[in-house]
Amino acid sequence: MKPINRHKGKVAPLDMVNVDTDQIIPKQFLKRIERTGYGQFLFYDWRFNEDGSINTSFILKKEKYKNSSILVTGDNFGSGSSREHAPWALGDYGFQIIIAPSFADIFYNNCFQNGLLPIVLDKEIVKKIINKTTNENEFNLNIDLESQMIWDDTEEISINFDIEEFRKYCLLNGLDDIGLTLNEENKIKLFENKRSKTGGVISI
Amino acid sequence: MSNTNPKTLFEKIWEKHIVDEKEGQPTLLYVDLHMIHEVTSPQAFEGLRLSNRKVRRPDLTIAVADHAIPTWKGRDPISDPIAKQQVETLSENCKEFGVTLYDMYHKNQGIVHVIGPDLGLTQPGKIIVCGDSHTSTHGAFGAFAMGIGTSEVEHVLATQTLRQFKPKTMNININGNLPNGVTAKDLILGIIKNIGISGAVGHAIEYTGEAITNLSMEGRMTVCNMSIEAGGRAGMIAPDDKTINYLKNKPFAPKGDDFRIATDEWLNLKTDQNAQYDTQINIDGNEFEPFVTWGTNPGMVAPITGKIPDPKNSQDEDEKSSIIKALEYMGLKANTNIQDIEIDKVFIGSCTNSRIEDLEAAAEVVKNKKVNSSVSAMVVPGSTLVKKIAEDKGLDKIFIEAGFEWREAGCSMCLGMNPDILSPKERCASTSNRNFEGRQGKDGRTHLVSPQMAAAAAIAGHFVDTREI
Ligand code: SF4
Repeated sequence: MKPINRHKGKVAPLDMVNVDTDQIIPKQFLKRIERTGYGQFLFYDWRFNEDGSINTSFILKKEKYKNSSILVTGDNFGSGSSREHAPWALGDYGFQIIIAPSFADIFYNNCFQNGLLPIVLDKEIVKKIINKTTNENEFNLNIDLESQMIWDDTEEISINFDIEEFRKYCLLNGLDDIGLTLNEENKIKLFENKRSKTGGVISI
Repeated sequence: MSNTNPKTLFEKIWEKHIVDEKEGQPTLLYVDLHMIHEVTSPQAFEGLRLSNRKVRRPDLTIAVADHAIPTWKGRDPISDPIAKQQVETLSENCKEFGVTLYDMYHKNQGIVHVIGPDLGLTQPGKIIVCGDSHTSTHGAFGAFAMGIGTSEVEHVLATQTLRQFKPKTMNININGNLPNGVTAKDLILGIIKNIGISGAVGHAIEYTGEAITNLSMEGRMTVCNMSIEAGGRAGMIAPDDKTINYLKNKPFAPKGDDFRIATDEWLNLKTDQNAQYDTQINIDGNEFEPFVTWGTNPGMVAPITGKIPDPKNSQDEDEKSSIIKALEYMGLKANTNIQDIEIDKVFIGSCTNSRIEDLEAAAEVVKNKKVNSSVSAMVVPGSTLVKKIAEDKGLDKIFIEAGFEWREAGCSMCLGMNPDILSPKERCASTSNRNFEGRQGKDGRTHLVSPQMAAAAAIAGHFVDTREI
């Protein structure tokens, strides 16, 4: 996993509440055997018309939101099924930061496993960000994870955000659960030495 | 002998596997056996590749193709392109990462939860994981065995460890013996009926009592298998002489002195006297009868002598609406006698009931009889080894003469992921473990029963009380 610390990027708005994982990535795409390449299916039913043509009215299709890396959205983002395909799709599409007033539990957890930073901000601030990015030609945000700061170029918005120490540590160091566990390599080795004395016959 | 710090079976296994513990974080546990199959492993392997990681202990990892493969004779070809890709990807991944694979033509192939015990890979005291919820089956040997998600599969592949918050412990004690003609399947259906489908959420269950210890190892596996249907994280039964005898001479069981050392260790795992469980449940053995599920979850259970419930009689609004919804899906009317329900299909198989004893019990019922003309019935042995033993005993002939199809080993009609599926509205007496909507095929209707009950229903064309034949 790539570490995150400082990030600057264009902000795309998805001004809706309760966007569930079925909408983020519909279930017909879950049968694939890869964990990459899901970006093309992100918000599939919104991005494409029933006949497969592009739905040009979908907000993320607007020219000015092209190559955005920050998504700002409404309450309870990522609810529904626990599919990890949702953060895979968002990440693969190019988003690295998701801002919302609240997130669904499992989705929030899954983000950290996949190098995405979900940021919870006050409803008022979220609204302000959505307005700015909708009304301005190009709206960027800057994020500094170390100091837990987020600000726009004019510094009209400039605030702190909360994140658990442990999760921050993992993102700063690019550690998913596996990376974290591999930090305990010595302990695993020690355990294995003890275990092999019994020939692995008995679990110690 | 007094013991100052009495522990449960679960606690003993848990403590022996702690690699690391930190405040506020899940415990890091060592995994002794990791089993993988074609459906839940591809993204885990891809994750390893993307981050340049290896499989830490290929020697403690076993792969098998079981879920998506066809079970017809010769197996070829896999017609569903997605299933084909999953099976081929498993082969490629195993080759690349050095993991032993039992592909669909291998003599050790079978349903992942059948081959573990078959081969003696499943042993008391082990922590066993698999990207499959019915991994709880292996707990019948006094192992802590549980299903995990795809990211966790990747975690185990890379580190041979798992991060887990400690579950609570639950003791389900069955007082006294089971009445005659009541099987292990009826026992577990009755337990789920009693405690509900979320009755054991957050718990590792230990089953005790005479009714449990009197079960064969195969019966114990049936019980532990469905622990997950009661919401349990795992189900387990303390190892005893039956466990030891079952494991003796199995291909992967320890041999000679090692076996003797292991035996001592294994027998010491049992819960100490006076050890406390977080939750205690006592059920009277006399409460059990042959059971049939009538609805769309494994807690919707009625005795064979009973009737379909009437939503009018239920006080609880949620319960009422779930009965109405289930009856609608199942195409059943309230107050119908269970024995009047006519069936179209019979499936004897799945990791719940496809072992040799299950097949023997079913064969006993169908011997010299004929499958009802309105029913199509199939037997799918749980593993290629079970299939061979059954054929050596002539069971295949009994089934075929009665009009059953005799298949190759696999998950088959337990879930709609391979060619064996129910057509819409078809009604099936099934020895599997889940009767959820669409589980055996879109709009298919599943009734969970024991192998004896399924066999008897195949002959009669409707459910019958096996105690009366
Ligand atoms: S037989 Fe059914 S429940 Fe068992 S592992 Fe296969 S699909 Fe899962």
